Amino acid sequence: MSNHTEIRWHGRGGQGAKTAALLLADVAFQTGKYVQGFPEYGPERMGAPITAYNRISDTVIRSHSNIYDPQYVVVVDESLLEAVDVTSGLKEDGAILVNTERTKEEIIPHLKGYQGDVYIIDAKKISMAALGKYFPNTPLLAAIVKVAQIMDKETFLREMRASFQHKFANKPEVIDGNMKALEMAFEEVH
Amino acid sequence: MAKRDRLSGNEAVAIALRQINPDVFPAFPITPSTEIPQYFASFVANGEVDTEFIPVESEHSSMSAAIGASAAGARALTATSSCGLAYMWEELYIAASNRLPLALALVNRALSGPININCDHSDSMGARDSGWIQIYAENNQEAYDNMVQAFRISEHKDVKLPIMVCQDGFITSHAVENIELLEDEDVRNFVGEYEPENYLLNPECPMAVGPYSVTDYYMEAKRNQAEGMKHVEQVVLDVAKEFAEISGRSYGLFEAYRLEDAQRAVVMIGSAAGTTKDAIDRLREKGEKVGLLKIRLYRPFPAEAIAQALKNVKAVAIMDRAEGYSNHGGPLGSDVMAALFRARSTALATNIVYGLGGRDVRVEDMEQVFSDLQKMIDQEDAGETYRYMGLRE
Repeated sequence: MSNHTEIRWHGRGGQGAKTAALLLADVAFQTGKYVQGFPEYGPERMGAPITAYNRISDTVIRSHSNIYDPQYVVVVDESLLEAVDVTSGLKEDGAILVNTERTKEEIIPHLKGYQGDVYIIDAKKISMAALGKYFPNTPLLAAIVKVAQIMDKETFLREMRASFQHKFANKPEVIDGNMKALEMAFEEVH
Repeated sequence: MAKRDRLSGNEAVAIALRQINPDVFPAFPITPSTEIPQYFASFVANGEVDTEFIPVESEHSSMSAAIGASAAGARALTATSSCGLAYMWEELYIAASNRLPLALALVNRALSGPININCDHSDSMGARDSGWIQIYAENNQEAYDNMVQAFRISEHKDVKLPIMVCQDGFITSHAVENIELLEDEDVRNFVGEYEPENYLLNPECPMAVGPYSVTDYYMEAKRNQAEGMKHVEQVVLDVAKEFAEISGRSYGLFEAYRLEDAQRAVVMIGSAAGTTKDAIDRLREKGEKVGLLKIRLYRPFPAEAIAQALKNVKAVAIMDRAEGYSNHGGPLGSDVMAALFRARSTALATNIVYGLGGRDVRVEDMEQVFSDLQKMIDQEDAGETYRYMGLRE
């Protein structure tokens, strides 16, 4: 069986869950993988729950279905823990990553008895410290790369710097802040 | 040298258009095709193309402007989805009946109502009788490759008909996947310069475009249009052969996947074909003889070749991502069943409506379809020949 990872993102419209999924596809592509990153849209408005998906594989990806039994789930907005069944189909040998200011002990009771690994990260704290604004997707991207062991830290940071230099060609002043957010997240996710 | 990249289907089509560098691109935005003119507008702004980009006030106007440009002798195209295509209806027939080579990058989306932004094929299926060539893609690579081949087919002297290059809204248009791009120069050389035979801006040969046709001539005009359609299959195959030489990727009228010795087959269009291939591989591992016929060219409909490819199957499920409201199924079902009937096929056939308004298609859904086909064979009865898949109870 070849190496095949499936990730599901839960966020709210406007928080960048789709962008994070596309960035993850981007960076995994740079390491020679076959990738898919795609959103599932509900109502087109800010604040509505949205889902995004990633497949990362050593072999060609042909399926175009949504992901129902992911190895990993990322919860960008913890208010969704009550609104959406975020652990649905999540593999017990996988993990869930929640963006929260609370402790792991406080989060676990909201996961409907999920037995797999639970990781938390305070993306708000990191984003405010590194960027001075709240963009949760950058810290969450780094955190899931670490949790799902998609690539090592050095490769990830190198590829992300190149990606930011391309993406923010017109505003290079934000690159260092974003890189700092990635590095902090890589250290702080637990 | 091919370039490996990762792009969404919309971005891939926009890049193909940058490489083609058409003369005129009138556009009006609509989800999920908006990104195509959006990316293209940045190519215009950056001076990467010298296309006349015309932001118009509606799809009625975008198609009208494309028609005007094509009649004048330019290589023109536009892009749209769903209700945008519906708003072009009148012009679709004008383009085809005037034998104007022209392309439309269509990103398939459900027609209202209820209002919905996601994928099905109700928009393009409604336009299937408009006289346009229709070609469909499974993924971003095929959307790109089809776009590169489109003008060669449309502008061919034996064809001269407009072409709709379709891909599935969001499922491929907004999904970032791996892709191989051709070099700009290879695309430019492949597509070539457009040299129209007759055109409005030719002072040497004044002509009228779109005059009134009295009853004495109308029917001959329509028959003449059908003659252009008759040449499309061969031109599609010839263009695909040349395309394979520059890309290494082969295309036909349709793709037969593990169909050679299959006893059970699915016929479908678009992105769900990839999911079906995964289901087929799983079932093949268990020794089940199952296969897929994925339509690429839908208009004109390669009926004889399709019937020939299905001649050994015992049971076939024809999958429609659109309703026909005939009480007997959808448009692809009608076309394939007619093709099988003409070929005196004895295969048991059922028509399944699926995926409307973006309803997801899973590998397990397709395994179930193959299991249902086995039931039909065991009972020697097609049972319900018009079914729905994935309907919530």
